[in-house]
Amino acid sequence: MPKEKEVQNLSEVTVRFAGDSGDGMQLTGSQFSDTTALMGNDLSTLPDYPAEIRAPIGTVYGVSGFQLHFSSSDIHTPGDRPDILVAMNPAAIKKNISELKPGAMIIANIDSFDRKNLQLAKYETNPLEDSSLEGYEVYPVPIGSLTAKALQGTSLSPKEVSRCKNFFALGLMYWLFDRQVDQTVSWIQKKFAKKPEFIEANTNALLAGYNYGENTELFNTRYNVEPAKLPKGTYRSISGNEATALGFLAASVKSKLPLFLGSYPITPASEILQYLSNYKNFGVKTLQAEDEIAGITSAIGAAFAGNLAITTTSGPGLALKTEAIGLALMTELPIVIVDVQRGGPSTGLPTKTEQADLLQAVYGRNGEAPVAVLAASTPSDCFNMAIEASRLAIKYMTPVILLTDGYLANGSEPWKIPHANELPDIPVKFRTEKEGFAPYLRDGNLSRPWVKPGTPGLEHRIGGLEKANISGAVSYDPENHNLMINLRAQKVKNMVNDIPDLTVDGDMEGDILVLGWGGTYGAIKEAVIKAREAGYNVSQAHLKYINPLPKNTEYVLKGFKNVLIPEINLGQLSKIIRSEFLIPVKQLNIVRGLPFRVSDIENKIKEVLGGIA
Amino acid sequence: MADQIIETKEIKLTAKDFATDQDVRWCPGCGDYSILAQVQRSFPDLVGIKKENIVWISGIGCSSRFPYYMNTYGFHSIHGRAPAIATGVKVSRPELSVWVAAGDGDLLSIGGNHFIHACRKNVDLKVLLFNNRIYGLTKGQYSPTSEKGKITKTSPYGSVDYPFNPAALALGSNATFVARSLDRDTKHLQEMIRRAAAHKGLAFLEIFQNCSIFNDGAFDILTDKKTKDDNVLVLEHGKPMLFGANKDKGIIMDGAKPKAVEIGEGKHRIEDVLVHDEFDESPLLATLLAHMTDDPSMPTPIGVFRQVTKSTYDGDVEEQITSVTSKKGEGDLEKVLFTGSTWEVN
Repeated sequence: MPKEKEVQNLSEVTVRFAGDSGDGMQLTGSQFSDTTALMGNDLSTLPDYPAEIRAPIGTVYGVSGFQLHFSSSDIHTPGDRPDILVAMNPAAIKKNISELKPGAMIIANIDSFDRKNLQLAKYETNPLEDSSLEGYEVYPVPIGSLTAKALQGTSLSPKEVSRCKNFFALGLMYWLFDRQVDQTVSWIQKKFAKKPEFIEANTNALLAGYNYGENTELFNTRYNVEPAKLPKGTYRSISGNEATALGFLAASVKSKLPLFLGSYPITPASEILQYLSNYKNFGVKTLQAEDEIAGITSAIGAAFAGNLAITTTSGPGLALKTEAIGLALMTELPIVIVDVQRGGPSTGLPTKTEQADLLQAVYGRNGEAPVAVLAASTPSDCFNMAIEASRLAIKYMTPVILLTDGYLANGSEPWKIPHANELPDIPVKFRTEKEGFAPYLRDGNLSRPWVKPGTPGLEHRIGGLEKANISGAVSYDPENHNLMINLRAQKVKNMVNDIPDLTVDGDMEGDILVLGWGGTYGAIKEAVIKAREAGYNVSQAHLKYINPLPKNTEYVLKGFKNVLIPEINLGQLSKIIRSEFLIPVKQLNIVRGLPFRVSDIENKIKEVLGGIA
Repeated sequence: MADQIIETKEIKLTAKDFATDQDVRWCPGCGDYSILAQVQRSFPDLVGIKKENIVWISGIGCSSRFPYYMNTYGFHSIHGRAPAIATGVKVSRPELSVWVAAGDGDLLSIGGNHFIHACRKNVDLKVLLFNNRIYGLTKGQYSPTSEKGKITKTSPYGSVDYPFNPAALALGSNATFVARSLDRDTKHLQEMIRRAAAHKGLAFLEIFQNCSIFNDGAFDILTDKKTKDDNVLVLEHGKPMLFGANKDKGIIMDGAKPKAVEIGEGKHRIEDVLVHDEFDESPLLATLLAHMTDDPSMPTPIGVFRQVTKSTYDGDVEEQITSVTSKKGEGDLEKVLFTGSTWEVN
């Protein structure tokens, strides 16, 4: 009989799963997340994988990681530094060791620490045997051979058996954190419904990992993280890309407009296209276009034809869509352009996160071409902002850019699911009246009428050439051009009356306001909480509407001696704020392709305040 | 009341109904005038297509001003993108009749990618190519259909580019309807427009169009009374490929190549002349015919090269929606939101 294991309570834990791109680490991580969410913990995740689908096995650049931060209280980030690393090979240790907390636990698959894999990871000696991991709690587990042993007698090939070892690791982690295996077992059953031998093998590997934890002398302690006290409701775990897709689906239902998505696959935005292509029974039409330009121009065609028209992309694709955004603006048609920002410039870091497309979104077009720009702040907030972007585009007959980023897109968090009937309707009016019609008539918001082709008597022409106000005829008249330039700008400005004020978390005046936008919300929030705990008086505000900025933005900023803007770029929002309000701001800019560490922001707050508590 | 029968007769539209109040502003002598006139003349005859359901989409170039002169729904967009915009219109609203007006630079240079993919997908669009083999609106640079060696402003020593053969390109991209006509052959052009309109699927109509300013006379040999009979082969389904004023020349196959020969006693027999089959599933012979234009020893074919029936992209999208909906039932947002692994917090 193994002796009874000690149970230690923890309030929060950060785990990182790391292995080869083909080791199934993303799957292992997301299974652990789903189960953890079901157990009632709050959580935040950060998948971190290379752009290569299967980089050479065993190398450092082929390492794929999945980080998960879960806790018994409210949390906002995937964690700065892992407490536990599950390393499937030497390269996973090499890549991640500098990120771990001092004294972190490392669970290493010793079967892969052979000469070949050590060489591939560029280790001269085995780190499990030399003193290089001193200061860490290392648990060598023969994950590969124990999996093979557990699957003895299976009809699977040795290669297929080896591919089950991530489930062994997952099972061990379930034991360590006292999670139930049920959710994963039923996932396996669904996933491999047509391959019963895989169901059996993966389930056995999972259970073998769990039982190994129970029986081995290696682990004497299990950990318990109590459920978090979240607001009452029904929850699910959701990633930013899935939330974005669901937001547009909801906008389609609530506006009673058929949804048309024109898109070209691009990392990290492709999943939105994938998700939406499932909803055919909502009448959703997804067109996988021949290129980025066809993605947006087909959407412009669909907007002209009277649909909720969307295009999704990432930075390089936004650059390609630039001219077409100008066309949508000029023809005053409603479309939403989603930019899931990734590391740039050029091809940059396709699988990493960044916030460096802000100026491209706000200013990056020929001519005076103001476009509304919105930014989601958390994975689940993508749902709300997709609805908001749709609503504003339709109401103001203009293109709207929604910025998310690689971190939001792939990261997930628990989401309190809203009921469909709680979501407000999006009013849409198509002009059918012939009397007094002109294509560029203006309503109170300066929006022009939306007419569906097929409406008798309202045949009209639009286009990218400057149009005479009201009549819509081609016009080269200088005064008219000046008028139209101003009308289009005013239309976007008018949205300030339609968007919420900037809210402040903390005092409305004080020494420092940390102002952020987009996916840095969680890291800033946690840094502000920590700085407050250290005795500093810090307020936080987070922009979700960047063009136009909320009406009270200047008022809020002027209440503080210091405004600190942390951004994963070289100061793009800072530029906008300075030029809009002539307010001096302090910047924090770290562009690593990764989310901010909470400590980066916390230290900067202290630095700005002179280190005085 | 109920027994009162109101007789409604559909009022037959005329060419004038398709004209707008805009002054047409092409250069004097431009072939675009004729194309506009033939479209306006043939549109009242289109069967089952209401005027309000017609949409014209264009890109950039002289020909792309076309939608402004058609009293239908219209969209003058940006360079090269008309086929992609038209695809968005047609896929989202399959009941509309969607037409594209494009020049050779617009459709085959900057917009080449959209064009071949619209053909490949068989989107139910009617694409009219105004091929004048020159860039007109930018004032006379060589285009992707200009002949090699052409002297233009950007090729003062002669262009070193090989041209596209648009009909062959469309055939190579699996277009289901490919035809060619001439701006000055008004009857033939009207017939081709009606044929294109009647085709279900992507219909590509190449129109040789004279640019009176920058490439005047490019197609004179095909339109001048003196030369046209010997240089134009009018393709008609089921008929032998004969040409010449007395129809005494014909096309035969010489091995795998078409060849122009004289017909008559002591020459070739009429039985040896190729008989045109528009509906041939294989695009091979149609492609050979399209390429005859590149060979100065051969006449230039006009007419329908190929017309085949295949399901359309927009139709298949619609069908998939119907079939998935009948299996899964109408979408329920509440169900989708609460799908997957959920948990309760009390």
